[in-house]
Amino acid sequence: MSTPDAPVSLRRRLALRGLDGTTLLIAPALLFLLAVFVYPFLYGLWLSFAPKAGPWFSNYAAFFSDPFQYNTIWTTLALALPVTVISLLVAIPVAFRVRLMRRQRLLTTILVLPITLGTVLIAQGLLNYLGPQGWFSRTLMFLHLTGGPVRLTHNYWGVFASILITGFPFTFLLTLSYVTGIDPALEQAGATLGASAWQRFRHIFLPLLVPGLAISFLLSFVQSFAVFPSAVLVGAPAGPTRVISIAAYQAAFEKYDYSMASAIAMIMAAVQLVVVVLVLAGRNMFYRGSTSGGKG
Amino acid sequence: MPPPTSSLRTILSRDKVSFIVHSASSPFQQIRLDRVSRAFGSFNALREVSLDIGRGEFIALLGPSGCGKSTALNCIAGLLAITGGAISLDDRRIDELKPEDRGFGMVFQNYALFPHMKVRDNVGFGLKMRGVPRADADRRIDAALELVRLGNQGDKLPGQLSGGQQQRVAIARAIVIEPALVLMDEPLSNLDAKLRLEMRAEIRRIHNQLGATTIYVTHDQDEALSLADRVVVMRDGQIRQVGRPEELYDSPASLDVAEFMGFRNRIAGTVTAIDNGRATIAVGDARLVGRAGAGLGPGDAAMLVARPDDLALAAAGLGATVESVEYRGREFVGLARTGDDSELVFHSDTRLDTGATVTLAPDPARALVFRAAS
Repeated sequence: MSTPDAPVSLRRRLALRGLDGTTLLIAPALLFLLAVFVYPFLYGLWLSFAPKAGPWFSNYAAFFSDPFQYNTIWTTLALALPVTVISLLVAIPVAFRVRLMRRQRLLTTILVLPITLGTVLIAQGLLNYLGPQGWFSRTLMFLHLTGGPVRLTHNYWGVFASILITGFPFTFLLTLSYVTGIDPALEQAGATLGASAWQRFRHIFLPLLVPGLAISFLLSFVQSFAVFPSAVLVGAPAGPTRVISIAAYQAAFEKYDYSMASAIAMIMAAVQLVVVVLVLAGRNMFYRGSTSGGKG
Repeated sequence: MPPPTSSLRTILSRDKVSFIVHSASSPFQQIRLDRVSRAFGSFNALREVSLDIGRGEFIALLGPSGCGKSTALNCIAGLLAITGGAISLDDRRIDELKPEDRGFGMVFQNYALFPHMKVRDNVGFGLKMRGVPRADADRRIDAALELVRLGNQGDKLPGQLSGGQQQRVAIARAIVIEPALVLMDEPLSNLDAKLRLEMRAEIRRIHNQLGATTIYVTHDQDEALSLADRVVVMRDGQIRQVGRPEELYDSPASLDVAEFMGFRNRIAGTVTAIDNGRATIAVGDARLVGRAGAGLGPGDAAMLVARPDDLALAAAGLGATVESVEYRGREFVGLARTGDDSELVFHSDTRLDTGATVTLAPDPARALVFRAAS
C-alpha cells in the first residue's frame, strides 16, 4: 500500500494525460495512415524535388512555364467548382423537402443509388443517353427544338454531368444530415415571430447551415477535383477536359517521368489545400455552435 | 396583418420598467375555439374542443401527456392545421392564416432560441421581421429585457445563459412584438424545482403588467392552479372541465378530473343513502360519507375519492393495515392496504407502526362520491 505522500505511479500519471490501455486501440489506424498516406506523401514530395535533369525545382518550373500543363489547373477548377456549387444548390432544397417527409428512407435510397453504380457504368449510360444519337438528342430533334444532333458527350458537358451524377448523392446525404440536425422548433419560433418561409431560411436556417455546407462543399469539391475516369471516358482528354490528374497520369505512365508526375500531384494537392483553407477561413466567420434552441 | 402600432404606455413601476410594451397590436375581445378537431391519421388528438377566452385572461390547459393540450396550442398558433371546426378572433376566422400572419407570441418548451444570435437579436427578431425602425426596436428590446430582468445580458449568446435566463429571453422575445395572445407550451418543464417556482411568479407578474391574454399549457396541476384565472382540464383530446382553480380543486366534476386534482384515494362501494348533498356508501361493513356527485342514487355502484390530507384515523371507518410511514415534518404520511387490496394514502399526527391495523375515514365535507365508471 502506498502512503499518501508516495509519488503517483507512472501509470496513473499517464492515465491522467489520457494515455492508457485504450490508447493502443488507435494503433492500427495510425499504422495504416502512416503506411498509405504519410509515407507515400513524403516520398512523393521528395521525388518531386529530384527531377530527371536540372536543378531541384525544375519540375515545378517546367509545369508553370508550359500553358499545356498549367492550364490543367483552370480546366479542373472550371469543372470542380461549378459542379460542387450546383450540387449544393440542388441538394439544399431537396433536403429541405425530404426533411418533412415520412417515407424519407425510400427517397434517400433512390437518390443514393448513383453512388453504387460506379463511374464507368454512368459514363456508359451517358454515352448512350446524351450522345449525338442518344435519346436526349433525338427527342430534341423529334420535337424540332434543335436542327441537328446535340453533342453533350466527349466534351466539357459530358464530364460535368458525370461528376454531378456521381457526386450529388454524397453532397445530398451530407446536406440532409445538417438540415435535419437543426431543431424544428427554431423554424416554428421564427414563424410565430412573423418570419415568412424565405426569411426563416435566410435568417435562421442558412446561418446555422453554413458551417455544415462548407464541409459538404469541401468534401464534394475534393472529390470532383480528382476527376479522372469520366474526364477520359465521356470527356475530351486531349483538350477541353484535360484535367490535372490526366497531366499527372501522362507524366507517369506515358513519359515514365515519376518525378514530374509527383510534382504535378503536389501541385494538385496545393490547389486543393488553398481552396480548403479559403473555405474554412470563411466558415470561421460564422456561428459554429449547437444548432438546438435550448435545453431538452 | 395589422400594422404594428407601438403604443408604449409609460408606467412608473416598482420594477424600474420605465415603459412597457402594451398589448395593443391586434386588440380583440374574445378568442373562440368552435368544435376544433385535429386528427393524425386515424388518431384524434383533439375532438371537437370548444372554448371561449376573454381578453386579458390567463388560461391554463392542464392534462396528462397525450391529452391534446399541446396540439390545441399548436393549432391556435397555426403550427398545426386543424382538421375540423373553427378558430376565430372576435368575428374573424384565423384558422386558415399562416403562423407568421397571426401575430401571436409563443414560448416553447425547449425555448427555441436562435443559437447564432445574441440575446438582443433574438428578442428583436420579431421586430426586425415587422420592419420596425432600428431606434424604436432598440427601445422596445431594452424594455422587454428589463421586464424579464435581463437588462445587462443582451450581448451574450443564448448558449452562455443558464436555463432560467434562456427561458426569460424566450418570454421577452414572445412579448416584445406586443402580441394580443401569448402562448406558452410547458415553459417551465426543463427547469429545476426552485427555478420553476421563481419563474412561475415571474410569468404571473409579467402577465399582470402587460395584460396580454395568455394560454399556458402544463401537466403540472400546481402550476395551473397557481397561475391561471381559469383552468381547462383535458383528457383524450377533449375538455373535461373548465373552471376557476378553486372550483376545480374543491369540486372536480368527474372521476378523471378528481384524480388529476390529487384525489389519490379511491374507495369503491355502494350508495346506501343520499341526504342533503352527502352520500353514504357501504364498503363491506364500513359506512363512509362524502359529497354526492351529480346523478347519484341509492343502490348505485359508486367510487369515493379523497386527497391524502382528507383521509385520517377515525373511530369508525375502513379497516386497513399500515405498510409504510414517512415523516414529512409537521405530520406523518402513511400507506395502508385494505382487505380488498386497495392502497390508501393518509395523514396522521402520530407515528404508526408498520403492520398496525388502523381505521380510516374521509372528511365528509371534502371527499367526493361519483358514480362508478361502468
